[in-house]
Amino acid sequence: MKPVSSWGRLDAHFHQLVGLYDAGSVGDILSRKNPGIAYGMGRSYGDVCLNPGGLLWVTTGLDRFIAFDEETGVLTCEAGVLLEEIQKIFIPRGWTLPVTPGTLQITVGGAIANDVHGKNHHVEGSFGDHVRRVRLIRTDGETIEAGPELQPDWFAATVGGMGLTGVIVDADIRLKPIKGPWLDAETIPYENLDEFFELADASEAEWEHTVSWVDGLSGKFGRGIFLRANPVEAFQREPRAWAVSVPFTPPFSLANPLAMRCFNSAYYEFRKRRAGRSVTHCDAFLYPLDCIREWNRIYGPSGFFQYQLVVPRETGKDAVQAALNEIVLAQEGSFLAVLKTFGARDALGMMSFPRPGVTLAMDFPSRGERTQRLFEKLDAIVKNAGGRLYPAKDARMPKALFEAGYPRVEEFLKYRDAGISSGLSRRLMGI
Amino acid sequence: MEEEERRRIVVVGATSAIAGHCARIWAQRGPTDLVLVGRDAAKLEHVASDLRVRGSASDIRIVQLDFLDTEEIASTVASIAQEPIDIVLIAHGALPLQDACQTDLALCRETLEVNGVSPVLFAEAFAGAMDENREATIALIGSVAGDRGRKSNYVYGSAKGLIDRYAQGLQHRFYGTKIRVVLVKPGPTDTPMTARLRAEGASLAPAAGVARRIVNAIDKGRGVVYAPCHWSLVMRALRCLPDFVFYRLNI
Ligand SMILES: Cc1cc2nc3c(=O)[nH]c(=O)nc-3n(C[C@H](O)[C@H](O)[C@H](O)COP(=O)(O)OP(=O)(O)OC[C@H]3O[C@@H](n4cnc5c(N)ncnc54)[C@H](O)[C@@H]3O)c2cc1C
Ligand SMILES: NC(=O)c1ccc[n+]([C@@H]2O[C@H](COP(=O)([O-])OP(=O)(O)OC[C@H]3O[C@@H](n4cnc5c(N)ncnc54)[C@H](OP(=O)(O)O)[C@@H]3O)[C@@H](O)[C@H]2O)c1
Repeated sequence: MKPVSSWGRLDAHFHQLVGLYDAGSVGDILSRKNPGIAYGMGRSYGDVCLNPGGLLWVTTGLDRFIAFDEETGVLTCEAGVLLEEIQKIFIPRGWTLPVTPGTLQITVGGAIANDVHGKNHHVEGSFGDHVRRVRLIRTDGETIEAGPELQPDWFAATVGGMGLTGVIVDADIRLKPIKGPWLDAETIPYENLDEFFELADASEAEWEHTVSWVDGLSGKFGRGIFLRANPVEAFQREPRAWAVSVPFTPPFSLANPLAMRCFNSAYYEFRKRRAGRSVTHCDAFLYPLDCIREWNRIYGPSGFFQYQLVVPRETGKDAVQAALNEIVLAQEGSFLAVLKTFGARDALGMMSFPRPGVTLAMDFPSRGERTQRLFEKLDAIVKNAGGRLYPAKDARMPKALFEAGYPRVEEFLKYRDAGISSGLSRRLMGI
Repeated sequence: MEEEERRRIVVVGATSAIAGHCARIWAQRGPTDLVLVGRDAAKLEHVASDLRVRGSASDIRIVQLDFLDTEEIASTVASIAQEPIDIVLIAHGALPLQDACQTDLALCRETLEVNGVSPVLFAEAFAGAMDENREATIALIGSVAGDRGRKSNYVYGSAKGLIDRYAQGLQHRFYGTKIRVVLVKPGPTDTPMTARLRAEGASLAPAAGVARRIVNAIDKGRGVVYAPCHWSLVMRALRCLPDFVFYRLNI
């Protein structure tokens, strides 16, 4: 048994780790043991990838490529392959994953199971939209192949299915042609949410990537920095790959309210001065935190929560405004609050998080009661606005909010594997 | 490493996680001819497919044989060595439970053969087939377990100790020639071999990092390296511990 925590480092319960290395023996391993859950890189923030006191099937040993079709761009690989590995090998050859989240340090299986989204949701949808096939192994030994045209119900349950329908051993993913790693990026400061929505709407048609950072602390509600970018052909020297890591966990959170207020203001001023257009390497634009390994340690030994909501466009502006107000009132807040509009497409997974609307993501150091009280207020705003929270980031949402946000949960339960259980599934689905 | 000549590399025990990561580095670096040697053709084919996707300009071949059959080893190596070889990495090994080796002599023998005798037979066969005037490297994987016998794995450890002495002798033999002999001694590494240790909660080094160190040691032609490097210090200390202290350790 070994203590394991997820990215939020909220707690480190004991788990029994079983490594999966050989796709051929996964069936045997799953059926032999007590209930478990697949664990990729543990980049989820809460308990979706944990099973306190129980088994974790560690998938990072399933790290083989199987085939690549140069004509169609379809890559077949095992589920433990890292997105970073795919990009490293394929970008120089002119291909890219169409959708990547804010870090490349995740597995293909994790990307499918949370149906992750990126800064280009309005163009490419979410990760599941580019998956052509998955092979699932169930704890009763059964193998299921599913895709958009092949057992589409199993596919819809597995994309965004939080690992609960079986262990994905391999998948076909369609890569997209790309000219190189460069982006033509523009930085635009905005003063309030109206300006944000104007910028977002104006950018959707012409820009592939859009995202914004919103200052949730300074009292100047809703000011922020809007970032947008398009792929561009450029012949610059590739920046040297570098990374530093936070070497140890400080005894207390460095993210105290004063520090965060200063950071937010300084960051705003800094970016504002650098407003304008420039050619930027995609890693710096899309995965800014990947060069600081283990940055999650700065929140100290108690860890932190991420709170990510999505609300429909109609209620979106008021809900986001109300949420920011609550955060300022509570004097809690986050280094980097991310605000982004999603495109007008529903995700294909029954339990996928993305939906048309606007999403806001914030980190909060875990400070007991006061943090929980703030979450209750935010929950009420999300519920009234007809929105939902992202399970991949969640460690505490109430069951009622989950059920209201994910109306297809009843349908989903039919596809669950009885030998699979996670902290999150017990918390929100009872088993 | 840019603009280098196409190299020919043979990996014995190519389905091993550590060796597989070495092969990835080589295949991804540039066009390389890789010969993957193993006992299980289906598993070798999986490794080969992976490498073909990664290094689309590399040429990957597989060779299957029985690792304990002296004649097969001799003939297989002879046929591989018909074309010049730049690097041979000998990586296979197996780590059964020590307790089982104590009660089951057949297993004890197999453990000695797989980890000690078989790698030496391969290395000896390749050594005999190499041209001393042409640059080439023979790399063997030993283990920290071979540095000092201890109760928890001494059967495996003694076979690894054999590799140690053997590599030493081979280095002496090729002194003054263009052939280098590299011995790599990994500490506990995250691979299928250590699945049991992992379940018990041991901390294990990532196989990719160990592989980088192996490839590096081969590039530089270093004689003996530990992977990760801190094991060099740890093992030096452990070797120096007086018996009356060492015997009290539960390791
Ligand atoms: C810095 C940072 C930025 C992020 N940015 C974004 C973002 O922009 N958009 C976004 O959507 N997410 C984002 N995330 C969240 C992250 O992308 C997801 O949590 C992702 O699912 C993590 O993948 P993982 O490989 O670490 O899987 P884990 O966290 O280990 O597991 C996630 C889920 O996948 C399941 N799973 C893993 N492998 C398999 C398998 N082989 N078969 C079946 N189920 C499996 C697990 O059971 C679990 O339910 C971010 C996270 C970080 C740390
Ligand atoms: N992992 C560690 O902690 C560690 C530490 C120190 C040293 N090492 C050494 O590193 C080397 C690589 O091991 P690894 O960790 O990468 O282990 P691994 O992934 O389990 O690979 C073991 C390899 O040995 C082969 N093998 C086992 N028994 C065999 C037999 N009877 N005949 C032929 N081949 C056999 C396996 O072939 P199949 O795939 O066909 O089974 C496989 O290729 C080994 O020499 C090992 O002793 C490992």
